[in-house]
Amino acid sequence: MSRDSFERILFRYLKPLVILVLFVVTAFPFFYMVMLSVRDIQELILDPGSLWPSSFTLDTYVNVLTRQGFLTFMRNSAIIAVASVAFTLLISIPGAYAVARLRFFGRRQVHFLFLAVYLFPAIVLAIPLFVLFTMLGLRGSLVGLILVYIAQTVPVTVYMLRNYFETVPQSVEEAAAIDGCTRLSTIWRVVLPLSKPALMATGLYAFMIAWNEFLFALLFLVERRDSWTVSLGLSQLAGSIEIPTTVLMAGSVVLTLPIVIVFFASERLLTEGLTAGAEKG
Amino acid sequence: MSTGRTLRQQEGRAGLVLISPTLIITLVVVVVPLLWAIMLAFQDARLINIRRVGIFGNYTLENFTYVISEPGFWSSLVNTLVYTVAGTALSIVIGLVAALALRDKFAGRTLVRASILIPYVAPVVAVAFLWETMLNPQYGIVNTWLREPIAFLTQARGEFLGIQVPVALLTVIAFEAWRYFPFAFLFILARLQALPAELDEAAVVDGATPTQRFRYVIMPQLWRIIALLSVLRFVFTFTKFDDVYLLTGGGAGTEVVSVRVYNFLTARDDIGASAAQAIVLAVVLVVFLILYLRFFSGGEREQE
Repeated sequence: MSRDSFERILFRYLKPLVILVLFVVTAFPFFYMVMLSVRDIQELILDPGSLWPSSFTLDTYVNVLTRQGFLTFMRNSAIIAVASVAFTLLISIPGAYAVARLRFFGRRQVHFLFLAVYLFPAIVLAIPLFVLFTMLGLRGSLVGLILVYIAQTVPVTVYMLRNYFETVPQSVEEAAAIDGCTRLSTIWRVVLPLSKPALMATGLYAFMIAWNEFLFALLFLVERRDSWTVSLGLSQLAGSIEIPTTVLMAGSVVLTLPIVIVFFASERLLTEGLTAGAEKG
Repeated sequence: MSTGRTLRQQEGRAGLVLISPTLIITLVVVVVPLLWAIMLAFQDARLINIRRVGIFGNYTLENFTYVISEPGFWSSLVNTLVYTVAGTALSIVIGLVAALALRDKFAGRTLVRASILIPYVAPVVAVAFLWETMLNPQYGIVNTWLREPIAFLTQARGEFLGIQVPVALLTVIAFEAWRYFPFAFLFILARLQALPAELDEAAVVDGATPTQRFRYVIMPQLWRIIALLSVLRFVFTFTKFDDVYLLTGGGAGTEVVSVRVYNFLTARDDIGASAAQAIVLAVVLVVFLILYLRFFSGGEREQE
């Protein structure tokens, strides 16, 4: 057998195997998460190896949402995420437009600043912000957290939007200008409607960052239970012995589900937006 | 608008106005805090006396000497390096394999792709807790498959095939690879799909075997994206806090510098030492980046 046909046969069998392994390794933990969340803790302790519960229960979800306060945590997370998305878009749309279209002093340096912010270690920022919020008595307030999330997402969103704005033909804008549109109304009435996919992707990216973030939520909110986010709530309750693991697994599902839904509703948009720069290097 | 300004000047002004919200928020929340962190690192700042620490405070190098001589610092730096290099390399290699395997269409590709991306998009708290539960020695599913239960996350050393291995450190590295290979997968797949098909076809015609095509046709076109991914993943992992903190709390030989920074800040209330440690971490990172750019500067120059 020639080397070529040997390799072809090898890869014909190897490829499905690799795909299967990847699928199991990524899907199984989440399947396990859901399965644990709908069974009784007694059953788990008696028979930890079984995957399919003998009886399904939703008490875990009732418990985690009401008794453990996850409804409040969900509300906090939702407020933070929605506000972050709104302000991120509000700030990055004009910024991205300026970088894409207008020649101004410092335009080249702006890229460098964004790259630096994107790569900047959060743990260094955490210290002064922790001190500042302690001094201002802002610990426990959601506003500070939202500010941090905006600052962390804006560099990336400006970059994503800029790439897209550059594809909007300049002639359309010029036509609008001749029709008497000012710069702002050109953005509002011409550029934004043409950029809906990019706006969606950007908003979803901001939503994911704000919903999933942990370090700053831990630093700013830990002392006030009623302002915990879902992430923080889960991490804080995970250590206690009184709350059964199955109930916390229900909490994990509650934390994961919104982001998975949002992501898959928009997967193509989001991955194209994020990897668009990859081709450039 | 006819105040004598040229169109070019107007455009410049409009540009600055439109970009200013972005600049202000990054200045206020990123740049100023960074400068402040550097100041704090050179002062004796604790949470109790923080109001007395000002711009004109007593600058000393005490925090740095203290931090470096404190037991555990060097081992945490070594841990950070091992964790980062192994995590980065593994996540990129697995991402590359995944991208190559999922390159062509097959039945169920959408489902598999979706499944592969979940570890990356799911909240870190949820997946860390999920791993903790799966690896639990009492009721975790993984241990019921093993002959002898292993305390993956709380055991510093163990024996595997007669060799001493750092169990917990390997586990957090595996977690890192599992959680971030989708990131590499996405970027490599995007690059693969943008490659012109003709080269590959020509190689087939010339009788190149699949491994030869990979070695001589595909890989040369992927090096740049892999180099970029290496930098990105290295930077992100080197200063990563959540993953290790949530999995082990820094115990069992997994303490990385960022977790130490957090502990100095919250458990010891020693802001100065915490900041000094964070600055050391950032400086080490910058040194690695500069070394990297020196070695690979040829590829970077053609970008602009």
